[in-house]
Order: sequence, then structure tokens, then C-alpha cells
Amino acid sequence: MSAAEPRLPDLARVTPVDTVGVEERVARFRSRSIKTASKVAGLRLALSMIDLTTLEGADTPGKVRQLCAKAQHLHERMADLPTVAAVCVYPTMVSVARDALGASGIEVASVATAFPSGQAPLSVKLDDTRMAVEAGAAEIDMVIARGAFLAGDYDTVFDEIVAVKAACGDAHLKVILETGELGSLDRVRQASMLAMAAGADFIKTSTGKIKPAATMPVTLTMLHAIRDHYLETGVQVGMKPAGGISDSKTALHYLVMLNETLGAEWMTPRWFRFGASSLANDVLMQLEKQATGRYQSLDYFSKD
Amino acid sequence: MSGERARLDVAKTYKLYIGGKFPRTESGRYASFERGDGAGAVNVCRASRKDFRNAVVAARGAVAGWSAASAYLRGQIIYRIAEMLEGRAAQFASELHAEGVAEAAAAAQVEASVDRLIHYAGWTDKYTQVLSSVNPVASSHFNFSLPEPTGVVAAVLPERPGLLGLVSVIVPAIVGGNTVVALASESHPLSAVSFAEVLHASDVPGGVVNLLTGQRDELLSHMAGHMDVNALALCDVSADAATAAEKAAAENFKRVRRFDDVDWSADASASPWHIEAFQEIKTTWHPVAN
Repeated sequence: MSAAEPRLPDLARVTPVDTVGVEERVARFRSRSIKTASKVAGLRLALSMIDLTTLEGADTPGKVRQLCAKAQHLHERMADLPTVAAVCVYPTMVSVARDALGASGIEVASVATAFPSGQAPLSVKLDDTRMAVEAGAAEIDMVIARGAFLAGDYDTVFDEIVAVKAACGDAHLKVILETGELGSLDRVRQASMLAMAAGADFIKTSTGKIKPAATMPVTLTMLHAIRDHYLETGVQVGMKPAGGISDSKTALHYLVMLNETLGAEWMTPRWFRFGASSLANDVLMQLEKQATGRYQSLDYFSKD
Repeated sequence: MSGERARLDVAKTYKLYIGGKFPRTESGRYASFERGDGAGAVNVCRASRKDFRNAVVAARGAVAGWSAASAYLRGQIIYRIAEMLEGRAAQFASELHAEGVAEAAAAAQVEASVDRLIHYAGWTDKYTQVLSSVNPVASSHFNFSLPEPTGVVAAVLPERPGLLGLVSVIVPAIVGGNTVVALASESHPLSAVSFAEVLHASDVPGGVVNLLTGQRDELLSHMAGHMDVNALALCDVSADAATAAEKAAAENFKRVRRFDDVDWSADASASPWHIEAFQEIKTTWHPVAN
């Protein structure tokens, strides 16, 4: 990031969002039909952008190791498959995941800052973050303090992100806005602008614990915010829709939206991720369908 | 207002039945079906392989709930299908007549369909006893076998009788806890679509029965090849087509049952063996002390 001190933008001056326009634009993306070779290329790209995620109270080291095995061996029957981008776990599971992934090149992402509610004192959030980084997380997914944001206490939200960013050190920081709790696309855009100004490397829609999670209108609004931030500052910020994206067709529509909003530069796992758990198997089933002509069954794909 | 004003015709749109909903085919293709009673032509959906795929997703989602439902509940629901069909007997008779069945024969076919439903409703809490066994073995084990549902059954329904054939093939499969994706008779599709409305009004959970109208030639290879289909029921399918389907079905060891030249209007065609056709027999060896 730039050496300049991050400054909270005046959110009252953030351009309002044309909700109807956003929905119409999204409907266009949804009507795209992508076939044959383009479909296979798109599916492989989507696969390489997945943050394979397990964020359950019932997570055990065994389950995390199993997920890491899945990340490295998605579907052995198919040659030359890309791996997923990262495995996303709770801080207590980071060291387990780090050991299990070894030198596979797959990153460990950890949620932090009292995920998913974010309702904890700043000192606890910072300890949470440092612990995850020390345990080997290369990416931190933090949640913003929605309570403070909705109360209009933007300084608190902003300062927290700045502090967590500092605690991350070299780790990439993804800032979860939890758009399902923000209410309107205007607030989604404001929160995006705030997070990017505070130094987010990625902005992310949701924790996956609240419905609605990622939707295309919300993601498009955030992509627009990323574009405007880029044009203004020259700083590239990544995007991660998370939660609720479980089928290949939707994933392809997200990629169309990404390409036509931010362009080819963002079309890599470095700048775009899907936070998902069941999407990987659906993409694999579609790839197998393209290869064999047969519709597939989950019986023949590993559970994660 | 004039009392003699002519009413507009309320023409029925014959749709598919997938996952408890009545969608049009995603392909936007329709086949024109000339009614035999001179009332003109109606459009019937020509389902695509994607409609079939969507129906399998719905059927797969319904397996867990339906196979775990108690025998008593399944019996109640199937009895209710019979009640609903009985209440709409006149509509079905006229629809069968529109498909070219003589009036008296149409009424008889609806009656026979209701009776067949009642017959199978009675079997829900009995077939496990009939198909189970305790087996004598030469070791200190208690050894027993019992039937379990195969899973998702894809069925090519009999060409005729349109309604009775449909009931005779689908109902024993769901009695046994399976879920079904069925392709209706090409020559008698109307009563199949209307039967979906009866199912819908009978507390049959969405996805347990899915009904498609369309062309066998087009869909059979996809039904046979789909990896998430566990069994295939083939009625009146030509020998060549059936052989090709059996080969494709072998890829994931689908159970294939062929029903050729069955007289579905005969009482003898109602049989617990049609339930057994889509059951897997599980044998358990339970150690016991001597």
C-alpha cells in the first residue's frame, strides 16, 4: 500500500447507487450462455479462484486435514486440473491447514476479528489476527463492525480496519462487509469505499452465516466501487463474493460480470476469489460432463 | 350487460412437473397435439435433456425425505392420490377421450387407475415383510435380508394405456421409497400432465414424482447415461434402443427393468413384484452367541 496515512473518505459524498440499473445490468449477465471450450476455460478459471471453506463450530483437525486433501486432489480422474486458490478456516485450525497443505502452493486463509459477528473489543480482534498470522495464515478475512457502521460511527470501523491491516503484516487483508446486514446498495458502496481507503487488499461480501449472502447486485456494486477506487488512486483491490454461490452457471455469470466491469486484469485468483464450499464439486461435475457427455452424480466426487 | 356475451376459451397449457412445480420446458419447444374429440390442437412441452437433468436434481433431493417417511405415511399419501383422482374422474375421462380413447373405455381406465392406487396404497406397510427373509447360515450369525429403495428411478412410461400405464409403473416405485422421473406416453401425454396436478394436491412431496412430456428417441440416451440415476424402467422400448440403454446404464450399474407387452389393464399386472423391481436387498450378518 501507499505510504500515505489512510484517511476516511466523506461517505456522504459517495455517489448513490442506481438500484434498478444495477438489477437490470445483472439480469443481462444472467442471460449469457457460455458453451463448449469457453465454458471449460471459464470453469477451470473458476476452480482456481475458489477459497475452499469450512467455518463450522464442529470443525475438527481431522475435518480440516480432509478439506486440505480435497484442495490438493480435487478429482484425480481428470488430468491437469488447477488447484483451488486457498483453504479458509478458523484461526485455531490455521496451523493444521498449514501443515497439511505443505508446499502445494495453496494458501491458508483465516477468518479473524471475532468472526462472524465482529462484536468484540479491538484488542481481542487484534490478538485474533496476530495469532492467525503467526500460525501461518497468508490471508486474513476480517469482519467489519456492522453495529458501529450502521450507527454511523464510521471512524471506529475505519480505525479498526487500519489497525488490523497493521497487525496483518505481510498477510493479505480481505475485509468482509457482511452486505446482508447493511440493508441497501448505497451502504454497500459506502462500506466498500471505507474499507478500500483503510487499506483492504480485497473486499468480500459475506461471512456466509447471514442470508442473503453474496448476490450479483451486491457484487456488481462492489466491483463498481473497486473500479472507481482504482481510477482515483491507481490502487488495485481484489473482490471476493462468498456464500450462496454453489453452482457452475452462477459462477460463470460472476466471471462475465467481473470481466465486463473490471476487465481481464482482475480475471486471476490474485484479484478475484469465490468463497464457497460446495461450488468446487459442482464445477468438477460440469467439467466431467463436458469431457464425458454424461450428467454426473455427487456419489463419484469426494466430499469436503 | 348482455347475458349472451360469449366467454373466451380458457385453453389449458400442458406443462412439465418438476420438483413440485409446473415449469415450461427450458428449451421453449412444443409439440402440437391434435385432440381426438375435434376440439382443436393443444401444445405440449417437448422436454429437453436439461429439463431431465433438472428433474433428476429434484428427484435426488427428495430421496432422503421420502425413503425415510414411514410406511403408514406413504400409504396415506398414496390413498389420497386415489381420492383426488376419484374426485376428478370426469375430467380425466374426457381428457382420455380427447386422446382418442372411446368414452366407455376412458371411464373404465380412470376407475381402474383409482383401484390400482388403492391396491398399492395397501402394500406400503406389507411389502417389506413379504420381501424380507431370515436366512439359515452355518455359523453363529443371525442372518437376515431386507429391501431398501434403489433411489432415483427414470421411467419411460407405457405408450398405452396413457393413465393406467403411468399409475402402474410410477406408483410401485414410490411405494418402495424411490423417487421417479418419468417420461409420459408420446401418444397420450395429456392425462399425464393432469395427473401431476393430482399428485400436487395429494401431499406427495415435491420431487418425489417428476413428469416430463417429450420424445423418447431424444431423451432415452440421457436417461440411461445420467450418473445420478439409479434405475431405469423401460416400457415398450424397441429391442435396439433398449440394448443401447442397457449399455449406457452399465456405466454406473443402473438397475434396468424392461416391461414389454404387459397388459396393464389386467388385474394381474398389479403385483408386489413391481415394487421389488426397484428394491435392493440388503443382507446383514449379526454375530450371536451359541
